[in-house]
Amino acid sequence: MSSFPTASSAAAPPSASRRGLAALALTAALLPLALPNAYTYEVAILVGINAVTCVGLNILIGYAGQISLGHAAFFGLGAYGSAILAARYGFPPLLALAAATAAVGALAWLLGRPLLRLRGHYLAMGTLGMGVIVSVVLATEDGITGGPDGMAVPPLTLFGQAIAGERTWYWIVAAALLLAVWLAQNLIESPRGRALRALHGSEVAAGALGIDAGRHKLSAFVLSAVFAAVAGGLMAHYAGFITPGRASFLHSIELVTMVVFGGMASTFGAVIGAAVLTTLPQLLTVLKEYEMVTLGAVMMLTMILMPGGLVPTLEKALAAARGKPL
Amino acid sequence: MLAQYLVSGLTLGAIYALVALGFAIIYNASQVINFAQGEFVMIGGMTTAACVEAGLSLPLAAAAAIALATLLGAALEKFAVEPARGASVVTLIIITIGASILLRGLATLVWDKKIHVVPAFSGEQPLLLGGAALLPQVLWVVGSSAAAVVLLWWFFNRTLTGKAMLAVSHNRLAARLVGISVHRVLLVSFALSAALGALAGILIAPISFTSWDVGVMLGLKGFAAAILGGLGSGPGAVVGGLALGLIEALGAGYLSSAYKDVFAFLIILAALVFLPDGLLGRRAAERV
Repeated sequence: MSSFPTASSAAAPPSASRRGLAALALTAALLPLALPNAYTYEVAILVGINAVTCVGLNILIGYAGQISLGHAAFFGLGAYGSAILAARYGFPPLLALAAATAAVGALAWLLGRPLLRLRGHYLAMGTLGMGVIVSVVLATEDGITGGPDGMAVPPLTLFGQAIAGERTWYWIVAAALLLAVWLAQNLIESPRGRALRALHGSEVAAGALGIDAGRHKLSAFVLSAVFAAVAGGLMAHYAGFITPGRASFLHSIELVTMVVFGGMASTFGAVIGAAVLTTLPQLLTVLKEYEMVTLGAVMMLTMILMPGGLVPTLEKALAAARGKPL
Repeated sequence: MLAQYLVSGLTLGAIYALVALGFAIIYNASQVINFAQGEFVMIGGMTTAACVEAGLSLPLAAAAAIALATLLGAALEKFAVEPARGASVVTLIIITIGASILLRGLATLVWDKKIHVVPAFSGEQPLLLGGAALLPQVLWVVGSSAAAVVLLWWFFNRTLTGKAMLAVSHNRLAARLVGISVHRVLLVSFALSAALGALAGILIAPISFTSWDVGVMLGLKGFAAAILGGLGSGPGAVVGGLALGLIEALGAGYLSSAYKDVFAFLIILAALVFLPDGLLGRRAAERV
């Protein structure tokens, strides 16, 4: 995949990533002090859920160098799977979430085997097609999914207690995000993560070093799908309602944009990208009819001025200011 | 019934082919997939509708729409793609998606979020032809698309600018060495693709109406058609577009209209798995 940037400068030393994780935990712990009302909590929860998806997607896009323009399908299937199992088959919600996640992982494994043989724009088309198919099915099979109007989702229960309220959900999502980041960082610093970066640089060269490109790409694909499914399931049970829009092409694009905006091959970049691009449309609602124009212009300008994404660009600027080469 | 489905399939297919050609031309010149391509279709239809509503004659309105789209296409290249030269594929995809959101937003500001109608070019009276009712507009769509394809063939094979564009797509460095201005080729390819998209939008608007958001699905279908035919291949884009239109019309007619988009994408997934370089694409090998 020579057309994607190589991630040679990534792989921060373990101490740096532990510091990053600590900073993230501290931010999550202190953030409630700055959240005045339920609405701001809601935005923070949305940020967390999108961040979990993006941390997973970043393993695929940023590290393995494979694009997916259909990841909202996994998010949507996680959400609908969990909702349908809980609402129509009487599964306890937590079990429904776990079962839906496992099913999405298995589906990603099945779909990924043929899809990941494609490269570049053809892979983009393949994943995009998969996403469109899933979202049309979710919108059309109204007997099961409620159709375009969506369906109600029972709340998550823990020890027989229904989980409700923005504050409780905030801590659940924060915990999920910290877990996701910790898992992603561990993976990236493991031999498996180095193998992913190697095949990002050149699949042929990685193959010559004995790295099974197909197997590693597939595992990154499945892992990112599982992250998306968990996030989707959490979203469904938190919001209490889901629509097929969650699985749409536009949502897939939003997710990829968050990853690229924050900076590919940077887990914390994915988190920051999710935070900025989830909050921005909320802030832009004050612009009313100028919202779309502003969002488009911001996307274009950041990517033109910082093609590497926010976090890597800032890191480079910081390193340059300190006079250290990266 | 079959004749009716074939006619509507060919009509759709001709539109997809025009959009797919736009993708192919830009891809060849710059290796960029322009996700704003569908918005030029929208701008073609919406500008024509607005000009006709303002009292302009249809040919003038169509000319204005194509001129506007051409300018916007050139501007996209000049102010968004050119400054980001050297950025990764994903970054360029995000830039063009940002451009498509910007264009959609501008359309809602300049016009509105309502559905608009462009009058049929030569009346609504259907022609009966071998059991199929044929709208005159269908002839306009198929005829104009065919004319556009012939003109493109002439342009790329018989004019110096067209040959220069082909040269850039084969080898950018070698093209530069023989004195071809790669920058000018990029500008022309974006302008040309935008004009083709606008033409598609004007042709289809009397049949399926137009609004600020018609570009999203038409753009995706055009991309799908370009991929199906083999990215970067002109004949492939035409074949891919027609095949996609026929699959969609036949699937909607005989199987389920709710799943018409699914059939098209299922066929594409199958085609990709068995022919990873498309129907007429160049076989690619990774250089080490």
